[in-house]
Formats: sequence, structure tokens, C-alpha cells
Amino acid sequence: MRLFFISLIYSAFCLNLYAIGVDNDQLKNPAQEAQAQAIMMQLRCLVCQNQSIVESDADLAHDLRVIVREKVKSGQTEKQILAFMTNRYGDWILLKPPFKAATALLWLGPLILLLIGGILVFRFVRKKPAGDAPSPLSAEEEQRILQILKEGRE
Amino acid sequence: MLIKRFLPLFIFLGIFIAFMTGLFLNPRDIPSALINKPVPELSLPPLQGAGIGLDTADVTAPGTIIIVNFFASWCGPCRVEHPALDRLSKIPGVKLYGIAYKDRPANSLIFLKTYGNPYDKTAADLKGRNAINWGVTGTPETFFIKNGIIRYQHIGPLYEAQIDSDIRPMILKLQQEDPS
Repeated sequence: MRLFFISLIYSAFCLNLYAIGVDNDQLKNPAQEAQAQAIMMQLRCLVCQNQSIVESDADLAHDLRVIVREKVKSGQTEKQILAFMTNRYGDWILLKPPFKAATALLWLGPLILLLIGGILVFRFVRKKPAGDAPSPLSAEEEQRILQILKEGRE
Repeated sequence: MLIKRFLPLFIFLGIFIAFMTGLFLNPRDIPSALINKPVPELSLPPLQGAGIGLDTADVTAPGTIIIVNFFASWCGPCRVEHPALDRLSKIPGVKLYGIAYKDRPANSLIFLKTYGNPYDKTAADLKGRNAINWGVTGTPETFFIKNGIIRYQHIGPLYEAQIDSDIRPMILKLQQEDPS
């Protein structure tokens, strides 16, 4: 019984698997369909931005899915299909932007910031306190402390 | 010493300005990939009757500025844009072609009858396949072509005010580029 509930809970987390590819025109060859979906996951829906065309319900996303499936079926490689898309829509259609001169800052920015922060922290930690060790108390100061302590006790 | 003291402030200001600019960029301004590239292949049926409505030869005809506008009767902004297209079509030396995107031809024809037909030629892209070939993300979208090369792509509706302020000067510039 317990096992049943555990598996039920786990299966709830698998639901998103079924959400992928609600199209009626999925490819009959499961390997090809899997390849097509892997490609679709990389393509941004240009209407519902930040969704891949797999997740988007927009018309354009559906049309793009049809094209990806057709191209996979006709034996085109992932590289060819992604090139077809970027030739028309630019790198923008790729959810993962390629690394090149224009995107170098995008990719390396966080690393650079981390490095700057690291250097600042390192220098802050290593910094010696200003001046030498505090000079010993003078006789007058000793006297004062004793007095304060005495007052506190009363 | 002074620079060192204010360094964190400068770094903060730099990041602040970068983020603020990013915040106000319009995510719908999708960079065009087809600028200065040859026009993709085109062969579409007309809105009415059989044969060819628009093909590659139409949009690559040399000498004139060719404007290709994707529209649809179901598209609200296309109605807003319509008066601007009227003005566009009256600019000398341009040809304005309309491609109905995923629209029933009967509806496109009613649309053109109601609002007027500014197009020199029309065609139907029933399944929107041609639009994808042209990198169109939605209607309305307008391409400006010279000698078979896409020179400018306008995403979203054109407004009447834009015709005089931006589009007409742009077309004039294209026309004067090389007197061929």
C-alpha cells in the first residue's frame, strides 16, 4: 500500500513528460520523434518568449514544430535544422545563445564579476589592521578603569 | 587614492545603468536576421482564382523598391496599419505587395474591400510556411527590398506618422543609392 502511494507521488512528477508534444502529427519513429523534441527544446518561441516551442501553444510555435518534424523525417541533422532557424530568425531563436564575440560578455560576465568579488574579499580578509598593536595603557588610564569598575560594583 | 575610494561607486553605477537600460528594452524588438540578405524563395497562389499571386521574380524585380507586407483580416493591428499602407503605396517608385498570412482568402478579400486595397499585387500564404521562410514572427510585418536584397524589416504595425518621418526618407535613401 505504502509503495503504491509512493509511486503515485512519483508519477505526479512525471506528468510533465506527457505534456511534451501534444501534437497529433508526431513522428512514428520514436527515435526520430525524440530527436525532433530534443531540437524543439532548444528553440525559443518568438511569441511566448522564454518558452521553447515545445512548451508554447502559440500558432507560430506549432508551425515551427511541424517544420522541425518534417526536416528530421527527411533526415536532416540537428545542425542543419538549427542553421535553418537561425538563418531566418537569428541567434535569438536559440534558447542557449552561442559563444561568440557579441555574446562573450554575456557568457563571461558572471565569471568576471565573481573574480572581481573574489579579489575584493581576498584583499579585505588579508588586510592588516591600520597602525601597530595598540600602545599599553598609561597609569592615568589604569586608574580610571579601576575607578569605573569600582563604581559598577556598588 | 580618491579613485580607489570611489571605485565601488563607479562599479555600482556601471551595473545600475546597464540593468536600467536592460529593463526598458522592448523584448518584442527581435533583431532581424535577414537584413542585407537575398529574398527567400517565394511562390504563392493569388487570393482569387488560380495561378501565381506572387513569386520570387516579383519581389526581386530590379530598379524599384519593393515592399512586402504580411497581413491578415483577423489581425487587429493590421487595421490600424491600413491607412499607413495607403500612404506608402502612393510614394513614387515603390511597389507594394500584400501577403495574407494564415487567412481565409474570402476573408482577406472582404478586408480589402472594406478598408481599400493599397496593394499592387496580393497572394495567400494559407499555412504560413512562406512567412516562416521569411523569418516573420507575426502580422503585420513589412519588408523593404531593393534588387532582391532585403534592406529593412519593420516588425509590428506602421503608423501614418512614421511614413513621413522614417519610412519615406529611408525609401528615398535606398532609391538614391545607385541610379540603376
